[in-house]
Amino acid sequence: MLRDTWLVFARVMLPVVRNPVAVVFGLAQPLLYLALFGPLLGDSGWQWFVPGLLVQLALFGTAYAGFSLLPEVRTGVMERLRVTPVSRVALLVGRVGKDVVLLVVQGLLIVLAAMLFGFRASAGDVLLGLGLVALLGIAIGSASYAIALKVKLEYVFASVLSSTIVPLMLLSGVLLPMSNGPRWLYWLSRVNPLAHVVDAERSIFNTGSVLLGLISVSALVLTGVFYGVRTFHRESA
Amino acid sequence: MIKARGLARRFTTKLGPVDAVRGVDIDVAVGELVGFLGPNGAGKSTTLRMLTTLLQPTAGEAVIAGHDLLTDPAGVRRNIGYVGQKNGASADQRVAEELAFQARFYGLGKHETRRKVGDLLERFELQGMEKRAVITLSGGQQRRLDIAMGVLHDPRLLFLDEPSTALDPQSRRNLWDHVKQLKADGTTVFLTTHYLDEADFLSDRLLVIDHGSIVGEGSPDELKNSVSGDLVVLGTPQASLVATKFENAVVDGEKVNFRIPDGDRALPALLRDLDQIGVELHSVQVHRPTLDDVFLTMTGRSLREEANAA
Repeated sequence: MLRDTWLVFARVMLPVVRNPVAVVFGLAQPLLYLALFGPLLGDSGWQWFVPGLLVQLALFGTAYAGFSLLPEVRTGVMERLRVTPVSRVALLVGRVGKDVVLLVVQGLLIVLAAMLFGFRASAGDVLLGLGLVALLGIAIGSASYAIALKVKLEYVFASVLSSTIVPLMLLSGVLLPMSNGPRWLYWLSRVNPLAHVVDAERSIFNTGSVLLGLISVSALVLTGVFYGVRTFHRESA
Repeated sequence: MIKARGLARRFTTKLGPVDAVRGVDIDVAVGELVGFLGPNGAGKSTTLRMLTTLLQPTAGEAVIAGHDLLTDPAGVRRNIGYVGQKNGASADQRVAEELAFQARFYGLGKHETRRKVGDLLERFELQGMEKRAVITLSGGQQRRLDIAMGVLHDPRLLFLDEPSTALDPQSRRNLWDHVKQLKADGTTVFLTTHYLDEADFLSDRLLVIDHGSIVGEGSPDELKNSVSGDLVVLGTPQASLVATKFENAVVDGEKVNFRIPDGDRALPALLRDLDQIGVELHSVQVHRPTLDDVFLTMTGRSLREEANAA
């Protein structure tokens, strides 16, 4: 299975390696936030804002991953792969692996760019911070592929995404502290696992507990991967 | 090579259950090239998807290439090749790499993969395209790449789903040559088609499916002979008079259609007789039965119309 996963990963990675411009395009949005929104938070805001931006990168970077699967389902690519003896789990995990590698590369570039603005972090913090982001990417990427496989149509998938991602992001406190808002909004954010991941990411680069965030992200990874694997098995009968 | 019993698939839809395939028995011997013929929606692809592990049957059982379909789908996958209706190579991959990954997915080692990919590029006339992106290939080239990927691991049993759909006549002919060659090399081939000429040209034996059930079986010639006689079309102003002379004759304006056994030999005497009773003829046609006639006799529907309507 490890061999299969590596093969699936290598296969989807090759076009990206040949054409790395796509990685840079994925950075446009977070870089705009960094340059045009970050300064609004003042000089002391960077330590607070950049970790949230990394979580946002993970959310937007991997939630759309499923789109790359749809043309492969529509043409005969998925079908052809499913008739080979290759492991069903590998078909999912190899793809998610590609997205997570891209995510970590992009995250690193964001951290480096943020340092130009005044963000400070040790190498160890960056390693831990990107590790947490990678876990979140695994969870969201797996779910994204599974949902894409279920809904099959681009326009349905797009509306599923926009109706889930935006509330998840707004309620995670990426842009402004949730504690600034009314109590009901704050409590709503507390049931959003992403908010705890954002808190943990901030704790890594500053001080505080990462426990709740780790529990949240672990639960998300388990749910996302379980759902993804099950869907890939089912749709692959 | 294939032994399926009572294979069935029911789909649950919002409008209620749909029985796409209603318990088919299929036997294919080693080395046979069997055509699976039927109109769109008859259950061809659903059956094929079940036989190739892509779709779980709701009833029935099958042994494919020596492995049980239900308990050992992985064993089935290792021993069969499959070329689907649609193109199986990703637009953004390169030809040789897509072939190489396919080889690796079937467990071939690196060295063997390199040798095999070289062989296949040559055999399927894709040399010089190794580094081309799949998206830049013509329809015929993509189809040859699909088949190359399907036979790369030298499967003993190859499934082809509507292999020549959307190909120009020259590419179709080329594809048929490749399929014949595979058979000559000892591969058992099971192909679905709704093209009569394709079924006629390629198959040793045909299975005809309609409404999810197998309605006929035999070699193309056997099936054609099962239709009683050749179709004779006479053009004459006395059509209704002529029609009274033959059983089951149908008048269509100034034309009479009827069937007689061995039409080419029977015709001269028949024309002399008509001449003697003073019938004036302006045209005579004799048609050998086609597979479409077979289909019409078996199902009351014309396959050609179905295919054209699709």
